[in-house]
Amino acid sequence: MGVTAETARQRWEKEVLEPALKKAPERPVQFTTISGRPVNRLYTPEDLQGLDPDRDIAAPGVFPYTRGIHPTGYRGKLWTMRQFAGFGTPEETNERYKTLLKAGGTGLSVAFDLPTLMGRDPDHPLSLGEVGKCGVSIVSLADMERLFDGVTLADITTSMTINSPASMVFAMYLVVAEKQGADWKALSGTIQNDILKEFIAQKEYIYPPRESMRLITDVFAFCSREVPRWNTVSVSGYHIREAGSTALQELAFTLRDGMEYVQYGIDAGLDVDDFSPRISFFFNSHSDFFEEIAKFRAARKLWAEVMRDRFHARHERSWKLRFHTQTAGVSLTAQQPYNNVVRTALQALAAVMGGTNSLHTNSLDEALALPTAEAATLALRTQQIIAHESGVTNTVDPFGGSYFVERLTLDMERGAKDYFDLIDRMGGMVEAIEEGFPQKEIAEAAYRFQQAVERREKTIVGVNDFVQDDEPPVPILYIDDATAQKQLSRLEDLRKTRDNDRVQRSLEALRETARGQGNTMYPLLDCVRAYATVGEMCDALRDVWGEYEEVPLI
Amino acid sequence: MRKIRVVIAKPGLDGHDRGAKVIARALRDAGMEVIYTGLRQTPEQVVSAALQEDADVIGLSILSGAHMHICPRVMELLHEKGLDDVLVVVGGIIPDVDIPKLHDVGVKGIFLPGTPMQQIIDFINLNVRERVEQV
Repeated sequence: MGVTAETARQRWEKEVLEPALKKAPERPVQFTTISGRPVNRLYTPEDLQGLDPDRDIAAPGVFPYTRGIHPTGYRGKLWTMRQFAGFGTPEETNERYKTLLKAGGTGLSVAFDLPTLMGRDPDHPLSLGEVGKCGVSIVSLADMERLFDGVTLADITTSMTINSPASMVFAMYLVVAEKQGADWKALSGTIQNDILKEFIAQKEYIYPPRESMRLITDVFAFCSREVPRWNTVSVSGYHIREAGSTALQELAFTLRDGMEYVQYGIDAGLDVDDFSPRISFFFNSHSDFFEEIAKFRAARKLWAEVMRDRFHARHERSWKLRFHTQTAGVSLTAQQPYNNVVRTALQALAAVMGGTNSLHTNSLDEALALPTAEAATLALRTQQIIAHESGVTNTVDPFGGSYFVERLTLDMERGAKDYFDLIDRMGGMVEAIEEGFPQKEIAEAAYRFQQAVERREKTIVGVNDFVQDDEPPVPILYIDDATAQKQLSRLEDLRKTRDNDRVQRSLEALRETARGQGNTMYPLLDCVRAYATVGEMCDALRDVWGEYEEVPLI
Repeated sequence: MRKIRVVIAKPGLDGHDRGAKVIARALRDAGMEVIYTGLRQTPEQVVSAALQEDADVIGLSILSGAHMHICPRVMELLHEKGLDDVLVVVGGIIPDVDIPKLHDVGVKGIFLPGTPMQQIIDFINLNVRERVEQV
């Protein structure tokens, strides 16, 4: 193949390409991916020399799962259409969930407000103006009961985007399920619980890294005994990418974070095959179509190899990388917001071509505000059109074997391995974070991209080209201060009506466990049952562990 | 003329600092002296940083929707400290209806997603010259 292919290609270059270029030169732009990676004019079998199809690509459902973890792709089960939602009071969000489920959504995904995410009650000074703004305000078990009112937790899967206070909010969910009479062993869903990417990118951390890692290994141990079908951590590249990383950095840092969790679990005395099958992933789907597809395919392959060969997992289910995807919020523009529908559709298509297991599509108005119900429904319809009209779900991994996509997949894989080596040499991801390594890499990439946009090397339609001056406004969702008032008065009532001695005893038991070696989930469940607030539970651990503060770098 | 001194701050609970960091670098590359406060600063801390650093400009990055609480408080504190001449600009996700309200409390520049960095640099250069020349 080598010799004839080369000859044929050389002949094509001389006889076909060169005259064509003379007649019509290529556009004077940089042919690079959105991450700045050069892309060749053409990919041929020569670009895949050294690739062994049986070893590197294999069949779907077969190690290393490059073509997907299911032998039948989406012919069996479509991805879960899981729309992230939350705003205002628990009642308002509950209503939105019912709308989404009625419109054909197949799972829930909770967005919490910043006070909840940061473990602060609504009456904390830093909560000023933040209550119910970016998500739903959840203060105590009472709010969690309102949030899932009329939703049978045994019948759905719920994803909760919460990190530092993940254990506290998860405990609330379990107690709601308990009150509904559900069997914990049958419950399924996900808590994000990924603190490493918080230190790296989103910065919603509370405790120092090592104490934070303990909360996570406690959840691993607790769930393998009590809630075996729960996804204990959703290792997230999404926020790393939103913070400005390249596709490769997203892939590498996310998988290296995953490896850190596995290592900490093993070091905590757990059997790798007991907890690692419940680790799932969460990626971004950005605008560069093929680069994203390659990223998803490479992720599955890398994880399978790492789990089998580095961590010696014996069970196939430990090798299979399952992931959720969200389209790139950062790619949405406030200018000409209807363009965002198109961007999101293409990004969603890339996620599907990459074999995502569940998907959130952003709404057109999200560069302006939280989405309106109409915009959120349109975003869901986008997924339904891809699933049911486009025909792309008829066959497994349609881009498998494409010279370009396979080459990109190999490049992603190699680039990620280089990052793994670098981070291993630093001692691990916790150490790399303490050195500020991933943070600096991402800030650098973000600045490079912004400069490329300013120089118009990268075009953003409606922003640095094809600009339009007279834009009609789109309707947006405006969260007023009524939510904060309501949550504040409820908090006041709660503190008057609950058994405060019981609350204090349960919080002291939590502190006691935190000082020792016990599993923090059990005292947290008792705190929740006593209606302790998120802020109180987080403060109890702040008392013992202190808070993390990063050195601000620019 | 000395360099323009800018305090870039992330008030509130939000940690999404991509924009704050990118603009901090852009202003520094444009020849300004930039002090980045880091995350989760109260209005008191922001104003105290501006006072200590003898800032000509405060840049607030707010994406969480808390701007209608944070910005008026910052302006009030600046007034109390006699720092009315400090130029205050805000970048982030600000609904249209809030823009005039922010102008009313004295926020001079409001920059939404997609604003070119050069536009922000030009705005600052144009609006602080007076203060910098006086010093």
